[in-house]
Amino acid sequence: MTPQAKIAVKKLSFYYKKEQVIRDLSLEIPANEILAVFGPANSGTTTLLRTLNRLSDTIRGAHMGGEILLDGKDIYALDVSVTELRRKVGMVFEVPTPLPMSIYDNIAYGPRMRGIKRKKALDQVVEKALRMAVLWDEVKERLNASAMSISGGQQQRLCIARVLALEPEVILCDRPCSGLDPVSTAKIEESLRELKERLTIVLAPHNVQQAGRVADRVAFMLMGSLIEEGPAADVFANPKDKRTEDYITGRFG
Amino acid sequence: MRFSEKIPGRVLLVIAFSALSALVLITVFIFVEGVPLIARVGVFNFIFGMKWAPSQGAFGIFPMIVGSLSVTLGAIILGVPIALCCAIFLTEFAPATVRNAIRPAIQLLAGIPSVVYGFWGLIFVVPLIRNYIGGPGLSILAGSIILAIMILPTIISISEVSLLALPPPYREGAFALGATQWQTIHGVLLPAARSGILAAVILGMGRAIGETMAVIMVLGNAVAMPSSILDPARTLTTNIGIEMAYAAGEHRQALFATGIVLLVMIMILNSVAQYALRRRQDER
Repeated sequence: MTPQAKIAVKKLSFYYKKEQVIRDLSLEIPANEILAVFGPANSGTTTLLRTLNRLSDTIRGAHMGGEILLDGKDIYALDVSVTELRRKVGMVFEVPTPLPMSIYDNIAYGPRMRGIKRKKALDQVVEKALRMAVLWDEVKERLNASAMSISGGQQQRLCIARVLALEPEVILCDRPCSGLDPVSTAKIEESLRELKERLTIVLAPHNVQQAGRVADRVAFMLMGSLIEEGPAADVFANPKDKRTEDYITGRFG
Repeated sequence: MRFSEKIPGRVLLVIAFSALSALVLITVFIFVEGVPLIARVGVFNFIFGMKWAPSQGAFGIFPMIVGSLSVTLGAIILGVPIALCCAIFLTEFAPATVRNAIRPAIQLLAGIPSVVYGFWGLIFVVPLIRNYIGGPGLSILAGSIILAIMILPTIISISEVSLLALPPPYREGAFALGATQWQTIHGVLLPAARSGILAAVILGMGRAIGETMAVIMVLGNAVAMPSSILDPARTLTTNIGIEMAYAAGEHRQALFATGIVLLVMIMILNSVAQYALRRRQDER
């Protein structure tokens, strides 16, 4: 490998109690690309994403083996600050998860925790994040409205903006468009494509088509194992594995 | 609809209304008995009168209102922090096994008869205060301590329910933004559960203000205006409890009038609690 991968997953195994949900998975994620990790339900994509920012730590009774390197450094090393890691590796969830406060406060929440208190500085952070998430024009008039009052698609872009306000290096998106209409989906995909200029995105798309639309690279997972991985165009045009081919052509199962 | 299908609904309606009619009956009775005396003495003189001497025709309950409010406030100050910490521990930190052990124990606390609390307070808390802090021991402080313990189960279980009712994404969302567990709790979860916790506190207050037996036993029951938390005091409820046995005529009416004041205070508390709980539902 020539340039160092942004994230390198090495021989990762993950268990919920006794059940193994990720099997000996190794994967390299290059910087400034969108990697789509896709597969049928229960294939371990969500779990994989959660191990990348250690949100999996909060699951009781789970344990893992293998290692995950961010910029060459083990994120499970003892001296790693989990909160700092999660700032660098942000996450957008399947269901929009605005916090029960105003639009402004949702975005300012992270920066405030990191000690940015000045109103002017916060205003700038909020506006910049909302612009990057292509939401600014729709909410600039009502930043103090409750985040619960905007539509699902807007809430999801708010969640992306909230992550961006922390200036992360990686964003994990777990089926970010699964509950959204096509127009909202298109807007989110548009902002993801713009964002990869400055950061790395790992996306668990909610269907194969979305992987095709936005991903530079794709990884196909099945029952916790990585089946095939490569540039999106190659994998979709010439899948090497029969199971990948069956899945992307819809002949699966 | 066929007639036979209407019967269960009608029967249940009648039974439901008979429960309600008990409330109406008691309220009307208290008002009929108490209002004439308040009218004679005057609302202002009754509520703000400093002297309670039924034999001399002096009916001022202000010292008891102060007694009720100070014991209740004391119970809230002592009990709410403990109850909240307990609820937070149970919902956010405790492993399932610990939670399953603690929760029934707390509910058991609600099952202890108030006379037992009072007895324990009299034998244990009162001498402790007398020997180590001062005063006669029978005091507002003793009452507050006992009531604080008695309202714990109410406040813990309602705050616990409102914390548990928060959608899991609040927690994950805050964690994913790099919040620590504590930052998540005080920055996101507590504000989100605010109205439920407020309702819990108010229901706890209602319980504290209405409690009689345990308070009679540890409060000293002096009719004078207390000047410190180490002084004995009398509450509205204990006033009724102590004197009802021998009260007659105007004196008895005055006790019912005390009941009116108590009822109004509790009704106000309950409506505030209802309002807080309803606002929580609207926020969703």
